[in-house]
Formats: sequence, structure tokens, C-alpha cells
Amino acid sequence: MKSHLLEVDDLKKHFSSGKSVFKKKSQPVKAVDGVSFAVQEGETLGLVGESGCGKSTTGRMLMRLIEPTAGAIHFQGKNLLELNSESVRSMRKDIQMIFQDPYASLNPRHRVERIIEEPMIVHHLGDKATRKKKVQELLEIVGLNSFHAKRYPHQFSGGQRQRIGIARALAVEPKLIIADEPVSALDVSIQSQVLNLLEDLQNEFNLTFLFIAHDLSVVKHISDRVGVMYLGKIVEMADRDELYNNPKHPYTQALLSSVPIPDPDHKQEEIELQGDIPSPSEPPSGCPFHTRCPHVMDICKSVVPVSQEKEKGHNVACHLYDDQHMAI
Amino acid sequence: MSNHVLEVNDLQTCFSSKEGTIPAVNGITFHVDAGEILGIVGESGCGKSVTSLSVMGLVPSPPGNINGGEILFNGEDLTKATEKRMRKIRGNDIAMIFQEPMTSLNPVYKIGDQLMEGIRIHTKLSKKKAYLQAVDMLELVGLSRVTDLMKSYPHQLSGGMRQRVMIAMAMACDPKLLIADEPTTALDVTIQKQILNLMKNLNEKMDTAIMLITHDLGVVAEMCSRIAVMYSGKVVEEGSVQDIFRDPKHPYTKGLIDSVPDMRVKKDRLYSIPGNVPKPGAIKQGCAFAPRCGQAFSRCAKETPELLETDNGAKVRCWLHHEQ
Ligand SMILES: Nc1ncnc2c1ncn2[C@@H]1O[C@H](COP(=O)(O)OP(=O)(O)OP(=O)(O)O)[C@@H](O)[C@H]1O
Ligand SMILES: Nc1ncnc2c1ncn2[C@@H]1O[C@H](COP(=O)(O)OP(=O)(O)O)[C@@H](O)[C@H]1O
Ligand code: SF4
Ligand code: SF4
Ligand SMILES: [Mg+2]
Ligand SMILES: [Mg+2]
Repeated sequence: MKSHLLEVDDLKKHFSSGKSVFKKKSQPVKAVDGVSFAVQEGETLGLVGESGCGKSTTGRMLMRLIEPTAGAIHFQGKNLLELNSESVRSMRKDIQMIFQDPYASLNPRHRVERIIEEPMIVHHLGDKATRKKKVQELLEIVGLNSFHAKRYPHQFSGGQRQRIGIARALAVEPKLIIADEPVSALDVSIQSQVLNLLEDLQNEFNLTFLFIAHDLSVVKHISDRVGVMYLGKIVEMADRDELYNNPKHPYTQALLSSVPIPDPDHKQEEIELQGDIPSPSEPPSGCPFHTRCPHVMDICKSVVPVSQEKEKGHNVACHLYDDQHMAI
Repeated sequence: MSNHVLEVNDLQTCFSSKEGTIPAVNGITFHVDAGEILGIVGESGCGKSVTSLSVMGLVPSPPGNINGGEILFNGEDLTKATEKRMRKIRGNDIAMIFQEPMTSLNPVYKIGDQLMEGIRIHTKLSKKKAYLQAVDMLELVGLSRVTDLMKSYPHQLSGGMRQRVMIAMAMACDPKLLIADEPTTALDVTIQKQILNLMKNLNEKMDTAIMLITHDLGVVAEMCSRIAVMYSGKVVEEGSVQDIFRDPKHPYTKGLIDSVPDMRVKKDRLYSIPGNVPKPGAIKQGCAFAPRCGQAFSRCAKETPELLETDNGAKVRCWLHHEQ
């Protein structure tokens, strides 16, 4: 068995929602509500799901930008949540993040060279001359030019800014990169440039990616394995082709059938879900998907389905796959 | 041709700024037939929204201005219409829905009041009848508990519900043309599906022509019969959805189609168009796509190609497809 670089166990984040005008008692927002997964070295794990399902919150907990409410995060075998601050610091170097919005995530007042150098300074890497040289190298690696070093973020296009963000993440030679919607804000023609770059970098530096996105086509293209989130939980997880060819969870099935396919001759089975995604502060009882599920049964309304491995490496949390009702 | 609800000819819409005049829409030509769904695709900044605002007579002026061309709606040139006439057309004949419905709903009025006001401006219905029609419209767009909904404020609804309300408002006066500018871009994919199906139904049931603006090739393939592909303020290719997806002629269209990941097909590597989308007006001479085009040749940088018809009835703006 290959080693797991990252293991996440029953991770939770409940935000207390503070004062609420509408409700008597304010309920915590269960942004992430018991998420478990493992990522192998060198692979790309995709996390998909609709807005508000907890993808970014999961990523930010791994970066320790948000403190988890409960659960464990093991990175290279060590529980990140139990390390002292010095070890956390060195761990941080190994996990870097790329953000959705290349505009907001780069300091507008700093030149590109400073932006890329910053994480090396924070982690005390190299002297000034080495760092300067490294910045030049990184610019080249991500497809920019050395003369770009002296410019400011506003002088770049969206795709170029995303390249700067990638160079900054690579500066400290991380092992794991958490990419939170790294191409969602980009135009189609620029999106493919950045996806190709990420794949090249992964091969070259043996990087491990946690790739967070809502676009199922993009996630399929880049991932080795994919987890589907709904209301703070992973409802299904499998190898990429297995998940897309043989989706088991009714939500995954509906999600896949909703993706518009760029081919006018394609006729797909239509599953139109009724209703909206419930609020994570008042998640439905039992299965979180039961309010919209076309296969809902009585048991779904009261009993939370647990994730079970139905085929090798294919986990699904749905009562349809309980042994007594093998239906679908 | 009388079948054209809307015909836009060589439209030019510019914005004045410190750096000079920006030709956001730079000679665009297309038409929408009665009852059809025309897709307008292109990357951000290519002039899609400015085109729709121009048709609606809503270009902010100053700094914007329509500098040339014509917009024929049932034969009437809207570039010459008075503001009073445009207001009438906007309510009765052409309706528009936007990407972010919150910007076009008034946050301080109840949904029901806004809907009824819209209905009463354009019809002579009594308050009571307008109320009933509003309720009907909300049900038609698939909303439930509509009597409660009539009493709620926009912020109390989800994005998908707000977009349904916008569509209800747009359809309330039975327009001949609906302009939908990225109507589902801000929505989740399962909600997008609901809204697209709703628009398709309305198009079929009420025979409303739709001009659907999007950057999503999947949405176009699913919804439209014809497409116009825009690049840098111009249409570069126009034709039936089948022709364009099967056999794109313009190098930009081809590059765009090859760039998108398709869930059904395994592509080891995505095609990517080199370079960046130019700012409007940045390319002064020749084909605007030339700096990024793998097939460019000497003529391309010097002379601007026209949008000309090819043998199968499609139109392309590219020297590769023009007879000398
Ligand atoms: N600081 C916070 N305080 C309270 N609630 C929060 C906070 N951050 C996130 N949430 C809530 O937690 C839930 C999950 O948010 P998260 O940002 O992780 O979603 P996401 O899956 O990344 O969505 P998107 O696709 O829109 O980026 C949402 O309901 C969100 O409103
Ligand atoms: N009010 C405005 N003032 C100045 N420039 C504008 C204005 N609105 C749009 N533009 C410019 O016109 C061009 C086309 O914009 P738009 O039609 O919104 O593009 P899109 O195709 O993304 O909808 C862009 O370069 C944009 O910056
Ligand atoms: S557990 Fe029940 S409600 Fe939930 S997805 Fe399965 S069938 Fe549907
Ligand atoms: S005219 Fe020339 S540069 Fe423009 S798209 Fe055609 S081949 Fe390419
Ligand atoms: Mg997010
Ligand atoms: Mg726009």
C-alpha cells in the first residue's frame, strides 16, 4: 500500500452564528460536519460540491487558517492539531494554498518579486541572493518572464495573476498544495493554460494536490480520485473514472446529469432536482439530502446514513446501499 | 427578412475614458429569429453585456455612446427611438434578465408589489387582477407557496428563487424577445439546470425568442439552435449549433471548443490558446485574433477580415475562409 501524505478523520467545523435576528436560538452553522479522507503522495484528490457545502472550509482547516471544532488531521503521520507552534510552522511550509481569486490574494502594493519571495522569508529559506535567484526561476517555471518581477499585480491579467499565486505557493517547495477553485474565475482559454501548468508542475515536483472546485468537468480532468460533498459531508468518494461512470449516490447522479455537455448531439438522462440546498445551520434530519432526493425512503428522514465501501475504494453514504435495500 | 425579431447591423458602442475611446462593441452584426434561442458566446470583456445593454437602450451615457450601426426591432431602429419609446418597448416587447438578480430587484419592496407594479405599468389590469396574474406567473416559473412569497423581500430568497422571480417579471408582459445575460452563471449546477429547463419551456410554450448570453459552451450546446461567437467586440463566427460544434471554422472558435474539458471524453492534455484576451481596441490593425492565432499569415496582421458567408450558410470572419 502506498503511503498517505494526508489523513483527515471526522473533521468538523461548526461556526457559531452569533446574533440572529430571525430565530430565537441561533444554531451553529455546520459548515463541515464529519469529513474523512486520505490523500496519497503524488495524487490529486478532487473535492466537488455546490456552493456552501464546506469545500473551502475544509481546505482552510488543513492550512490551519481556521481551527477545527473536532477531528484529526494527520500529515506525514503527525497529528497537526497536537503539534506545538514550532512544528506547526515547519509543517506549514509543506502545505501551501492557491486561491480562487488571484486579484484578492496578492498584495496590490507589492511588486511580484516581493510577493513570491515573502514565503521564503517567513520560513527563513536562503539568503537574499539565493532568494532573488529562486524568484527568477519560479517566474520561468510558471510561464512568466524575469522582467515581470518588477511589476505590480494590477499590471497582469487574471491568468497571469494566477501564475504568480502558483509561483508563490511553489517558493517554499511544498509537498501538498490545496488549490481552492484555482481556475473558476478564469476565462475558458486561460483556464486550460493554468490546468496544464498545474499538471506539469505536479509531474516535475511530485506534488500532491487537493483540488477544490464546483466544475465537475474540470475536476474530472485533473483528479485521480474524487469526493462529492453535500451540506458539510462527503457523500461519495471513488476513483475518478469509477465515480463518473458508476455514480452510486443519488446526489452524485443528479449532479452529473446537470452538467451541460458541450455537444449539441448529446442527449442525457435528465434528473432535475427539486428545491434548494437547505441551510447548513438547519440541516435536515437523517440523510442531509433527503429533502431533494428522488429515491427518499422513510428511514432516510431519521437515520443518518454512514459511509460504507461498496466496491473497492468506492465509498457511499446512502441507505439505498444498506444490505436490506439493494435497490438501484 | 421578416422572420427577424431583432436585427443588429454593424453596431458600435464606445465608452470614453482617460485613455481615450474604448470600442467595447466594435461593429457587431447578428439577428434573432422569431421563436428561436440564439446563443452569444465569448470570453469576459468581449462585449456581450454591452451588446445587450445597447439593445435595451440601457448603456450608461456618459461615458457610453452608440456611435454607429442600427438595431432593428421588428423593423424599427432602436438607436433612433426616444427614451419614452424605449421605456415602452422594455416593458412590453423586450425583457431582460441579468446574471445577478439582486441588482435588478429592489431590496426594499416586497416581491409581490414589484411584480404587480410591473404588470400594471404595461397592462391596464385592476389591482386585483394584477395580483392574480402575479400569482400565476410565480407558479408558472415553478415556485411554491406563492402567496407567502408575494409578501417576502428579495433578500429572503435564494439565488435560484430570485432568478425565477426575475424570469416571472420578464415574462409577465409576454415579451417577443427575452435577453438573458449570463442568467445562470452565479447559480449552482443543479439550480442552473432548473432555470435552463424553465427558460426552454417558456420559449416553447409562449414562443418567446431568447438571446442567451453566456461564456459556457455546455449551456449553449444544450439550449440554442444558433450561435454567434464574439471576440474583441465583433462576431467572428455565426451558424447553427450543430455546424459550429462539429466543424468550427474560425481558429478562435476551434480553440475555445478544444479548451473546455468534456466529462465524457478523456483528454490527456487540454488545448490552450496562447496569450491573453486583448483589451478592446488594443489591436488597431488586422485580425484581432492574430497575436494568438496559430494559423495567422502575413495578411492577417495588416487587413481586417469581414464576416462573410461560407458555403454552408455559416458566417466566418477569417482570411483562411475568404476567397482572395
Ligand atoms: N466564518 C464563518 N462564519 C460563519 N459561517 C461560515 C463562515 N465561513 C463559512 N461559513 C459557512 O459555512 C458553509 C460552508 O462554507 P464554505 O466556504 O466552506 O463553502 P464552499 O463549499 O467553499 O462554497 P463555495 O463553492 O461557494 O466556495 C457556508 O454555509 C458558509 O456560509
Ligand atoms: N460602463 C462602462 N464604462 C467603461 N467601459 C465599460 C463599461 N461597461 C463595459 N465596459 C468595457 O467594455 C468592454 C466589454 O464589456 P462587457 O460587454 O461587459 O463584456 P462581457 O462580454 O464580459 O459582458 C470591457 O472592456 C469593459 O471593460
Ligand atoms: S439515504 Fe435516502 S435520502 Fe439519502 S441519498 Fe440515499 S436514498 Fe436518498
Ligand atoms: S484571419 Fe488570420 S489571424 Fe485571424 S483568425 Fe483567421 S487565420 Fe487567424
Ligand atoms: Mg469556496
Ligand atoms: Mg457580461
